Amino acid sequence: MSGTFVGMPAFPEAAREAVGNPTLRGNLRHATHTIRAKRAKAVAELSDWAALREAGKRIKDHTLRQLDRYLVQLEESVTAAGGTVHWAADADEANRIVTRLVKETGESEVVKVKSMATQEIGLNEALEAEGIRAYETDLAELIVQLGDDRPSHILVPAIHRNRGEIRDIFRAEMSEWGRPAPEGLTDTPAELAEAARLHLREKFLRARVGISGANFMVAETGTLVVVESEGNGRMCLTLPETLISVVGIEKIVPTWRDLEVFLQTLPRSSTAERMNPYTSTWTGTTDGDGPRTFHLVLLDNGRTDTLADEVGRQALRCIRCSACLNVCPVYERAGGHAYGSVYPGPIGAILSPQLRGTQSEIDASLPYASSLCGACYEVCPVAIDIPEVLVHLRERIVEGGPVTREGNKVVLKPAKGHAAERAAMRAARWAFGRPGVLRTGQRLASRTRRFHPRTLPGPGKAWSGTRDLPAVPAEPFRDWWQRTRGTIGEGGAK
Amino acid sequence: MSSRERILGRVRRALADVPQDDPSYAEAVARDYLREHGDRSVAETVELLAENLADYRALVHRCGAGELPSMVARLLADRKAATVLVPPGLEESWLAETDVTRVPDRGESTAHELDRVDSVVTACAIAVAETGTIVLDGGPDQGRRRITLVPDHHICVVRVPDQVVSSVPQALERLDPRRPLTWISGPSATSDIELDRVEGVHGPRTLEVILVG
Repeated sequence: MSGTFVGMPAFPEAAREAVGNPTLRGNLRHATHTIRAKRAKAVAELSDWAALREAGKRIKDHTLRQLDRYLVQLEESVTAAGGTVHWAADADEANRIVTRLVKETGESEVVKVKSMATQEIGLNEALEAEGIRAYETDLAELIVQLGDDRPSHILVPAIHRNRGEIRDIFRAEMSEWGRPAPEGLTDTPAELAEAARLHLREKFLRARVGISGANFMVAETGTLVVVESEGNGRMCLTLPETLISVVGIEKIVPTWRDLEVFLQTLPRSSTAERMNPYTSTWTGTTDGDGPRTFHLVLLDNGRTDTLADEVGRQALRCIRCSACLNVCPVYERAGGHAYGSVYPGPIGAILSPQLRGTQSEIDASLPYASSLCGACYEVCPVAIDIPEVLVHLRERIVEGGPVTREGNKVVLKPAKGHAAERAAMRAARWAFGRPGVLRTGQRLASRTRRFHPRTLPGPGKAWSGTRDLPAVPAEPFRDWWQRTRGTIGEGGAK
Repeated sequence: MSSRERILGRVRRALADVPQDDPSYAEAVARDYLREHGDRSVAETVELLAENLADYRALVHRCGAGELPSMVARLLADRKAATVLVPPGLEESWLAETDVTRVPDRGESTAHELDRVDSVVTACAIAVAETGTIVLDGGPDQGRRRITLVPDHHICVVRVPDQVVSSVPQALERLDPRRPLTWISGPSATSDIELDRVEGVHGPRTLEVILVG
């Protein structure tokens, strides 16, 4: 993934800082609570939600299991419809392809539809380095771009900003990028949206190159789908002469009909609406309507490595709705920036370490950025078992083992800094295998409970620094059972 | 080795655990979900469309076929529109009672020219009741995608009940994926500022839907 977040501290450090910021916590709490309540209502309108969720899961799983076949089919159908398909193994290659395509048009600026894939590869920065200016046109992305900030949410990248902060950014920065903010701009959302409209309209009307991602690609027909609300997507997809779409290879669905599932589950899961205001679909190019040239850049960038992990590959089912972020107690307190990636929240905690590998401190810490409460799995419209993958990744980080990096099988060494955890687990295994030892230990713990410290010494200090130690009962359970229910051996126990 | 071969090779190696006889698409994908939600008469489905359109801030009007020209004329007059974009195949009678200057949908017209037009009148391909959505497929009575995007006022005519389906599955069945499609549910909107919904960002700020029939 891109270098945007290089040098990020590990999650616990980044989160500690965020938790201490009351404005951020207030903004996040307000936003996530608003949307989770609305989502629940929108989902409740569909009596067959569970069946839709299951169908979505199965469509995506089937596609992933046959991905090579569907990729080839997609390439054929996009080409037949008048598009050109490019393949990019990593971020650098994708950026090189897009830069070359833009240069071939002779243009030095592009308008962009909000896209996670181009965020992931750091496309704007790569274009900038080649003298091409990329304008983000989604309101939230505009706020992030003008504020020289980083996105903190998949759906609402500026969720960490309140209206006052947005007004200040518009007043200070819009003139640097084009039309300045109107005189006397207030902080009402309607006025702020109007300022964005005026600022961006001049860019839309002159743009000759548009860059997008896609929510779905249909292998059967070569159709791409973009789901949005503001109309900035429609502007970028239809007004320019050249359209370049950068899309992760996992975004394929086999047939046109499959969209009937996702066009029901995606809007309700993400913005809690029955349907988002605008959905655009296009198949190659259409004579006289929209761009005359269409390029599709198929992006790997760690996706095939993720696919190689039989437990972890389910993360590739993700349709980027962000429902898991809005229900996550950890995200709500830590904010999106703490995750050190364009994919924050629960899905980010399993996606980023798989796409990027776990060599860096931040990626090795992400599988721990969760309380494993399971709320993310409950709301996921494609039923990704995020807690299962988190635990799987934790085990891999602590124990090491075989993984695939850039297509090659490598054996991961056990991570440093988990020695105490490994020692504790070994001790637990040893004790649980010896009932006598366990019993003695438990009795000892009960009898000395008044002398237990409130925090652990040594390597356990980091753990107990943020948690209360569990209270030890006055009597071990097994002693209580024996005392009140008679002798061991009754009730079918072996 | 090309990146195409490299990526396809990685995919195949990554899927080494998938057996040769992995279930086919038809076997793997269960479609136990509903084709439509609820049991409604045709009239009730049209009523639901009107409700859901209005719920997302579209302005909904209903009239009989004979009243359509006067309805269109009135809506353009209420809006004080001086110019109206007209797709090439729009039924002529729809604009028979208005003297607003017509601007044809021409391939060579620039986005700046479109930006100066006040309103646009189009038909649609179908409308989806359960979601309050109208779908345009670029047909002759709907025109190029951009004409319903750049002007600030869009009047869309839906023939009821013929063009109304209940649900998203029924809609996809009737649409041709080879055509460029635009699904519209209410006017342009954003929720990017504190998740407060604000209508009108880049697309038309006013969407008026006339249900005719």
